[in-house]
Amino acid sequence: MAFLSALTDRGRRVEAQRSWPRIVVDAATWRQAIAGLAAGEATLLGLWSDGEAIHMALIAEAEILVLSLPAPKRRYPSVGLSHAPALRLERMIRDLYGLEPEGLPDARPWIDHGRWDVSQPLGARRRAPATGAAYAFLKAEGAPLHEIPVGPVHAGIIEPGHFRFTANGETVVRLEERLGYVHKGIEGLMAGAPLERAARLACRVSGDSTVAYAIAFAQAVEAALELTVPQRAVLLRALMAELERLANHFGDIGAICNDASFSLMHAHCGALREQVLRTADACFGHRLMMDCVVPGGTAADLASDRTRIIRKLIETVRRSFPELVELYDETASLQDRTVSTGILKPELARQYGAGGYVGRASGRAFDARRTPGYAPYGELEFEIPVRKEGDVDARVWIRVREVEQSLALIEQIVGRLPQGPVRGELGLAESGNESREGLALVEGFRGDVLAWVRIQRDGTIAHAHLRDPSWFQWPLLEAAIEGNIVADFPLCNKSFNCSYSGHDL
Amino acid sequence: MRKLLFKSLLQAPLTERAPPASDEMLAELARTLDRTARRKLGRSLSIRQVDAGSCNGCELEIHALSNVFYDLERFGLRFVASPRHADVLLVTGPVTHNMREALERTYRATPDPKWVVAVGDCALDGGIFAGGYACVGGVSKVIPVDLHVPGCPPNPTALLQGLIALIEKADTRAG
Repeated sequence: MAFLSALTDRGRRVEAQRSWPRIVVDAATWRQAIAGLAAGEATLLGLWSDGEAIHMALIAEAEILVLSLPAPKRRYPSVGLSHAPALRLERMIRDLYGLEPEGLPDARPWIDHGRWDVSQPLGARRRAPATGAAYAFLKAEGAPLHEIPVGPVHAGIIEPGHFRFTANGETVVRLEERLGYVHKGIEGLMAGAPLERAARLACRVSGDSTVAYAIAFAQAVEAALELTVPQRAVLLRALMAELERLANHFGDIGAICNDASFSLMHAHCGALREQVLRTADACFGHRLMMDCVVPGGTAADLASDRTRIIRKLIETVRRSFPELVELYDETASLQDRTVSTGILKPELARQYGAGGYVGRASGRAFDARRTPGYAPYGELEFEIPVRKEGDVDARVWIRVREVEQSLALIEQIVGRLPQGPVRGELGLAESGNESREGLALVEGFRGDVLAWVRIQRDGTIAHAHLRDPSWFQWPLLEAAIEGNIVADFPLCNKSFNCSYSGHDL
Repeated sequence: MRKLLFKSLLQAPLTERAPPASDEMLAELARTLDRTARRKLGRSLSIRQVDAGSCNGCELEIHALSNVFYDLERFGLRFVASPRHADVLLVTGPVTHNMREALERTYRATPDPKWVVAVGDCALDGGIFAGGYACVGGVSKVIPVDLHVPGCPPNPTALLQGLIALIEKADTRAG
């Protein structure tokens, strides 16, 4: 905290930003912030550009601060040079906007695969022939080593990405990821989009977290425009968010066991997931609840007779899930695969600010619902499960415990749902002559989603940045797999379950 | 585990009746399906799924086809790990430029006869992602498409209707 307030004093406060403060700083203060990050005095929440400046969001304890460094010469002191979690974000910003991070040790492009006919598509927009030049993977050298290329098209029904393994016999010596295959140019599509279209885009950054993204985007917009959301909508959003968490955790627990060839768990968890999705469909009209949360409130309301369906779902899960947990816990052949596999060290989880089950299984007790916290979670009771082992097993157990917490949360929400409207006025006319900015941090099933928006006078989006939790989890998968056998990679990968689409944007 | 397995034996199955094939999709297929090719393959089709830039929403619902409620395999349809084993490519997403070559290569790796089913609104014409620098905008701009299943994402029933239409239409023509 002291660290953030010291920084705040050295910058100029931006009036347009309404929620967490944003300050414009000089290069010296920027470097001071980098030193603080490297020393662990704050955690990096996000790094993005609007083409003019570079913005860095930090969190320390429960306070968030955004630092902005104007980059008229299209250069800025690299954060990644001293603080590795920023590396890939800086490479993406360079690819899209052409802002050069001075001193960045990695000159390779990240999202730009040389296939767009244009370089720096959101910056200088130079024509560039689509060559699809080869990517220079990092070398691991030695007589017994061999490389295994995997992807972008994988064996299962999963998203595309490339994994380059260097193995010594069965043991993984190095894994290097290459991502960006599903880059859809969402930041570019957001610019100039009316709010409604932008909200729909936000819902499609990562389909499995569509509710979390919708809430994050809506909260950022509401902060910018100083809107109040009706209490019923606040609770309905949390209800949807917890249903989404339940569905994904069931899917993950089953899929992790399936990757250890234990398909019985997969079948039972799949049935539970399906029941959650059907409940969501019956309540809100869409199985994934896409486009159900909108700036100002929710697009869907819960009919009064539907709470019965939700209570029935909770009953079903409470009856059948403990048996599955027992099955997981008591099957030695399954435990043999998950315990002590793919260990992520707590120190790395802390340094990267790894969110969700990845962080919480490695001792990082961070949950955006609690810190910094947002409505309605302050008035609801729930615990944040934390473990220290950092292996696949711990990531399974965090999910198991979170299922129990989500059930309790849903019960509380249904019990206190007030009557009333679910959508407030957007009130764009009152936004005056200035552009407005807002920031929000929302806990999805995978971890914290950061949303930052700048809204123009006419109510369209000037710029929006949505940062998936995967940005700070993908690099850790590379660390967690080291020294494990190649055959355990699917297990480790599924236990992380990072989003490709959310990362690639 | 024994307890759980025993209980499953006594319980009624969760699997539901198959939805009827969608008329609209049958009509679409009537235009595209090759009779002789169908005769060779019978009623069993191997499907290779390719994500060409989706938000992963479609993948979630395609996954759901394998759960006990929909149980895709009872129709002779199954997902395979390689395009070289596949009869059908199930393609999602607006086709990003970064995935274009991988999609083309996957198509070429799939032996003839083969069909392509484009899944989701953005697989039709890029949908909400159309118009940017990053997307080609629709599967049919890259490889020939036989059937399109709309939806954002299409639910498992819609996906099943499409896939059943694919088998049935072909089957009646072959017979």
